[in-house]
Amino acid sequence: MDNLGNIGTTEEQIELMDVATNFCRDKSPVEKVRALIDDDLGYDPAIWREVGELGWLAIAIPEAHGGVGLSMAEVVPIAEQMGRNLMSTPFGTTTLAAQALLAGGTEAQQAAWLPKISEGMAATLALREDHGDWDLAHVECSGTQSGDSLTLSGKKQLVLWADSAELIIVSVKVDERLRFALIERSALPEGALRREQIIDETARSYELTLDGLSVSTDALLDVDRGREVIEKVELAAGLVHAAEMTGGAQAVIDYTLDYLKTRKQFDKIIGSYQALKHPTVNNYVEYEKARTHLYSAAHSWGEQGRGEVAVRMAAAQAHDSYSQAADRSIQFHGGFGFTHDCDAQLHRRKAIMNGALIGDAPYQRSKLAGLLFD
Amino acid sequence: MAEKPDAAELKDYSQAADAWFKENTVRDPGFMLPLTFMEVSTDEQFDFLREWQRKVYEAGYLGAAWPKEYGGGGLHTDFQRAATRAMKKYDAPIMLNAIGNGWAGPLILDLGSEEQKQKYIKGMLNAEDIWCQGFSEPEHGSDLGNAQLKAVKDGDGYVLNGSKIWTSLGDRAKYMILLARTDFEAENKYKGLSFFLNPMKIDGISTSRIKKLTGEYGFVQTFFTDARISADCLFGGEGNGWSMAMKTLEYERGAKVKPVGGYFVKELDVMQIVELAKNSTRNGKPLLDDPVMRDKMTQYMIDIQALNLNNTRRRMPQLMQDKPMGLPLMNKLARTELIRELTEFSLGFQGTKAGYYVGDENAVDDGYWHRSYLNSFSATIGGGTSEIQRNIVAEHALGLPKTR
Ligand SMILES: Cc1cc2nc3c(=O)[nH]c(=O)nc-3n(C[C@H](O)[C@H](O)[C@H](O)COP(=O)(O)OP(=O)(O)OC[C@H]3O[C@@H](n4cnc5c(N)ncnc54)[C@H](O)[C@@H]3O)c2cc1C
Ligand SMILES: Cc1cc2nc3c(=O)[nH]c(=O)nc-3n(C[C@H](O)[C@H](O)[C@H](O)COP(=O)(O)OP(=O)(O)OC[C@H]3O[C@@H](n4cnc5c(N)ncnc54)[C@H](O)[C@@H]3O)c2cc1C
Repeated sequence: MDNLGNIGTTEEQIELMDVATNFCRDKSPVEKVRALIDDDLGYDPAIWREVGELGWLAIAIPEAHGGVGLSMAEVVPIAEQMGRNLMSTPFGTTTLAAQALLAGGTEAQQAAWLPKISEGMAATLALREDHGDWDLAHVECSGTQSGDSLTLSGKKQLVLWADSAELIIVSVKVDERLRFALIERSALPEGALRREQIIDETARSYELTLDGLSVSTDALLDVDRGREVIEKVELAAGLVHAAEMTGGAQAVIDYTLDYLKTRKQFDKIIGSYQALKHPTVNNYVEYEKARTHLYSAAHSWGEQGRGEVAVRMAAAQAHDSYSQAADRSIQFHGGFGFTHDCDAQLHRRKAIMNGALIGDAPYQRSKLAGLLFD
Repeated sequence: MAEKPDAAELKDYSQAADAWFKENTVRDPGFMLPLTFMEVSTDEQFDFLREWQRKVYEAGYLGAAWPKEYGGGGLHTDFQRAATRAMKKYDAPIMLNAIGNGWAGPLILDLGSEEQKQKYIKGMLNAEDIWCQGFSEPEHGSDLGNAQLKAVKDGDGYVLNGSKIWTSLGDRAKYMILLARTDFEAENKYKGLSFFLNPMKIDGISTSRIKKLTGEYGFVQTFFTDARISADCLFGGEGNGWSMAMKTLEYERGAKVKPVGGYFVKELDVMQIVELAKNSTRNGKPLLDDPVMRDKMTQYMIDIQALNLNNTRRRMPQLMQDKPMGLPLMNKLARTELIRELTEFSLGFQGTKAGYYVGDENAVDDGYWHRSYLNSFSATIGGGTSEIQRNIVAEHALGLPKTR
């Protein structure tokens, strides 16, 4: 099955993995994660600044635009460690926004925004709508052009970190064509953003009302590259979220193991009961498979065809294994597992959120089936 | 010992290996070829595979990296790897002498005396001397450390009494690696065990064939009744049987002794299952249009790809830092369980034809899938059951306590 992609690493990836492992562990202890749940912003601005200073937002941006000139493959270890430590920041959305600009932005747009992102400016994407369809090409929000201005209408949902993002990239239909508009948050009218209650309490998400908003046609991405933007964003999102979920799966398994090694019932450490031990091994095996797929997807990034197969495999496996490991973690913590204090719920909720954002495992498989069998 | 390979030499060797397997591989000898060394049932299968191994060895494509002085090729492992790749490429039959080449050979090369190396290695490479493994007993399988077959020191030898069971190739073998109890008063069950390189064709040892669930033969029960062996058969010293048995497991990873090469078990090619699925219909439509079958098949593709890539990842220390024993220890469990599930899944493709078995002209692919499914249990049970594997992963990779 060589034709399905291989696995390999780059030196930069491994260096970043080492740095990110320490950084995320040190800067995002779970007490801090929990304190941020009650914080409006939802992340620590000082850490966000450091992420920018470390150059992590610049990784997959070409040097010509102030970036490091590597690829999404090198973003993977960072997203993985962030997921592992439940470190919330606009890192993922900003990375994806940069990918959208790279796939469909004009020279001028790239020159205007990519250097800022490289330096640490937050950005996000507004792609999802009330129909709930994971197909990013299914867009009902619209833009009506008159002269060199475009009037927008409709509502976008699940716009992550919108209140922090200086740039929001919105998908709309203009004359039946899929277009992407660049909106500066500073231009949003009062009340355009409504904070949403989302299952993942460690993230922040907003509904964005487009009605009454207009942008210049200069703020539209290249008309001929709408399809490319969708494809790039979908794959980059698959990869970033697969990385976060894989890191999360590792964390929740370790968290469960700690409990299984210390809790006693019937005078025995509960980890000695095979009813807990064997399913934990199964979950661990699934996690290792997810990690293998993740680094295969990173390795195949950018390869025509294979790249998509590998990313969807990684996303499917990560979502399934994260969900299952967190589900069993709740159960294996007994009554404590049912509490908000137990970290298992943080992971369980995050896995649901990730599935909601990029398409859950069955969805990824349905897309894969087309690539593999048809 | 072996030099760093010279690129040009390696290339020549690879090309020669490729040409040799292309020319010499027989895939359909007119009877069913065993997919694993545990499935060798008939004389014609046995004779064919033994001859095949001899031929491969003599051509220089088995044991190429084993020391020359004992019959190996004395080359760098990369040569053997290239030869094994060629075997796979042409879907060549398995190597028969699994216990010899995979278990006993590395142990002898690592810890054996000069005399033992001279005596045993060449004969196991050319398949002249078939080896078997006498570990499991009727009353002690998973609990191998409790093996009770008696080996009592008597003058210059040992007298063996008891029985071993599920001995693959036991009726064909010249030697057995044998785990027997030499001390019944040892402070724990492990310390009473000793390891022997035991001759099979002697008085007091007999075998009786056992019919497998497939209807074929492949393993035997081995009876020891006052069988007398010489004291030189003891390997590793009295009381060290358990550590010798455990050592054999280390060689699988190729750390100390270079792998002999080839394969003893044929890997299932998933693409064959995809082909079968593509050629099957349900309700008048292609089977893979059925959303349930489609989803399951896709999941299996994900699983297979993960396990294949795991083999590469295992050799990448940068991606193995967290639980370094995890991937190596889970491999058998994950792979064998997946093959069992996949082959079972393939039966469902066949509709009414799932009712046919090997030997009927109406059977799909001559019953290959049924045979593969039933035989898949050889690997989920043999060599340590899946449940025992889960205990091993839990205890040695995840650090969970033993079950008491
Ligand atoms: C919503 C809710 C309401 C509750 N209401 C009440 C109430 O009103 N009154 C009351 O007294 N209690 C109540 N409980 C407590 C409940 O009965 C206990 O949580 C439950 O008995 C488990 O005990 P534990 O939490 O100590 O978990 P533990 O016993 O520590 O179990 C931890 C894990 O180990 C597993 N485990 C433990 N022993 C074994 C074994 N021998 N073999 C295999 N696995 C094992 C468990 O299945 C679990 O997965 C409630 C719990 C919940 C979640
Ligand atoms: C095809 C084939 C070829 C074989 N070839 C050889 C050979 O060449 N030489 C040789 O020595 N042996 C051979 N074996 C034997 C094999 O190693 C044993 O069958 C195996 O170790 C299991 O032992 P058992 O059959 O006694 O089952 P048991 O140990 O009795 O197990 C019965 C069931 O209980 C489960 N179980 C046992 N202990 C535990 C535990 N602690 N926790 C959870 N579950 C447990 C097992 O998983 C199994 O499901 C072969 C077996 C097969 C199927």
